[in-house]
Amino acid sequence: MSTESIHTRIWQEEAEPDNAFAAASCHCHGYDVYGELMVRASWIEYLFLLFRGEAPTAQQARLLEGLAIALANPGPRDAAVHAAMCGGVGGSTSASCLMAALAVGAGASGGAREVYITMEDWLSRGTDLTQWKNGLAVKPLDDPADVWPAPGHPPGFDPYGVRCTTPVMQTLTYLSSLGCGQCLAWLQANRSSLESAAGMPLAMTGVAAAALHDLGCTPAQGEMLYLLLRLPGAAVHALEQKDYGHKNFPFFRIELENDPGPAQGKSDRVEAGA
Amino acid sequence: MKGPQLLEKHVGILVTSAGAFFPGERAVFRGHDLHTSLKNMDWLEMYTFGITGRRFSPQQMKVLHALWAYTSYPDARLWNNRVAALAGTAHSTGCLGVAAAISVSDAKLYGRGIDMRAIEFLIRAKACVDKGEDLTALVRAELKTNRSIAGYGRPIVAADERIAPMMALIQEQGLGGGAHLKLSFEVEKILLAGRWRLHMNYAALAAALVADFGMSPQEYYFFGIPAFLAGMPPCYLDAAEKPEGVLFPLPCRMLSYEGVARRSWREGYKSNPQDFSE
Repeated sequence: MSTESIHTRIWQEEAEPDNAFAAASCHCHGYDVYGELMVRASWIEYLFLLFRGEAPTAQQARLLEGLAIALANPGPRDAAVHAAMCGGVGGSTSASCLMAALAVGAGASGGAREVYITMEDWLSRGTDLTQWKNGLAVKPLDDPADVWPAPGHPPGFDPYGVRCTTPVMQTLTYLSSLGCGQCLAWLQANRSSLESAAGMPLAMTGVAAAALHDLGCTPAQGEMLYLLLRLPGAAVHALEQKDYGHKNFPFFRIELENDPGPAQGKSDRVEAGA
Repeated sequence: MKGPQLLEKHVGILVTSAGAFFPGERAVFRGHDLHTSLKNMDWLEMYTFGITGRRFSPQQMKVLHALWAYTSYPDARLWNNRVAALAGTAHSTGCLGVAAAISVSDAKLYGRGIDMRAIEFLIRAKACVDKGEDLTALVRAELKTNRSIAGYGRPIVAADERIAPMMALIQEQGLGGGAHLKLSFEVEKILLAGRWRLHMNYAALAAALVADFGMSPQEYYFFGIPAFLAGMPPCYLDAAEKPEGVLFPLPCRMLSYEGVARRSWREGYKSNPQDFSE
């Protein structure tokens, strides 16, 4: 019999008396999932419990719920949703559509990595405006030994924005009004100064990072939650494009800078540096 | 040009030198006609050409092939392979299982994360040594900063079974004289002589070789993406051929719970949002 085990502080099971591979009871951080949580807790409370290990306060539950609504569907123009739609339109498997959304939505430009980096900034800078201004004035670091490409802009801000967009403002205003933690309120109060330092307006990633920090999440937890919470929109847009079909999906034009022209039917060896 | 104006310039069109296909006519791969100019290209040669825009010598290509082949282990216990195998036992698709298995190879403890750290260190170390810096001091500083040097030491056993056959191939191909390769062995000598007792592993050897072939860390990253690929389909297929769910089944007793004691949930706002209080 194997003596190996999976260590967990999250999940406890008791087997059915006649089947070691079927759980009779499941406790999540001490709470009976099927006997009690399902009846008494909301989905968002359970989500908070899973990540933080404790039941949320009323403000925390409302903040996570508000954030979940804000992030659930970035819309079909978003690169992650676009990726999911590329899966849907070609009749790809549902899981691959979501994997596509996760892969693209993981990045440091508008994705979960940007949230992770911004949350690290919250950890190191807190609500010290001088530190934020100094940090935003410095170009994001490129680590050549990292699998992640270098960030292209100050994390949490919109590199192509003209001013803070209405949905970002609405999200920040609502979430900061919930009185959970101090980062969102501080961000609301200091947004203009921070935008001046960054040279660009606040982005949804910046609001999400502040909210996740106020919820007590680590950067790694925030990165995971951001990935998860954006999946519903990717899913439904992928399904929708599958219905519309490829003839209704843009294919775009291409302009080749080094087109050799129609083939002459010969094989030539490609030169080094081509 | 910046802001929305820059985005506006790119709406609906891609300007590129990567390539394109002209339906019913031809395809262009990095400026060359795929079906004429490149028609005899070996697949790995095309893959590396696509990444680097450069061609490698036949001897180098043999080594590049072997770099993948010698680390293709169809062992479903390995974390990335296990993902492919679990997809098989769960009757998911092969594409999903293998794609996910490749994705998890973007790891810090093995795969692409280690590859990137290993090549970055060796390129940086060589540049420092070329400027006259002392390699031992450099190794010490690296260990002090990062507590390890990617490509040296191995979690389970000290020896790396891939090194001897790879070294034999390198000698056979006359490629044993590269500066990064020599440096990688000098680093091992330092690490073995000191209290660290760390042997070189395959990651340092592979990184040294591709650095000698002129690859940058980013080029090496892309070259390495399918490095474990050949071992994955066998794991999936073997699991898929067996009865469903029998790959590494976990009985409840294998969960070792180390969390808080059982407790009761208070009435939440699900049942009555207005009454919900802390």
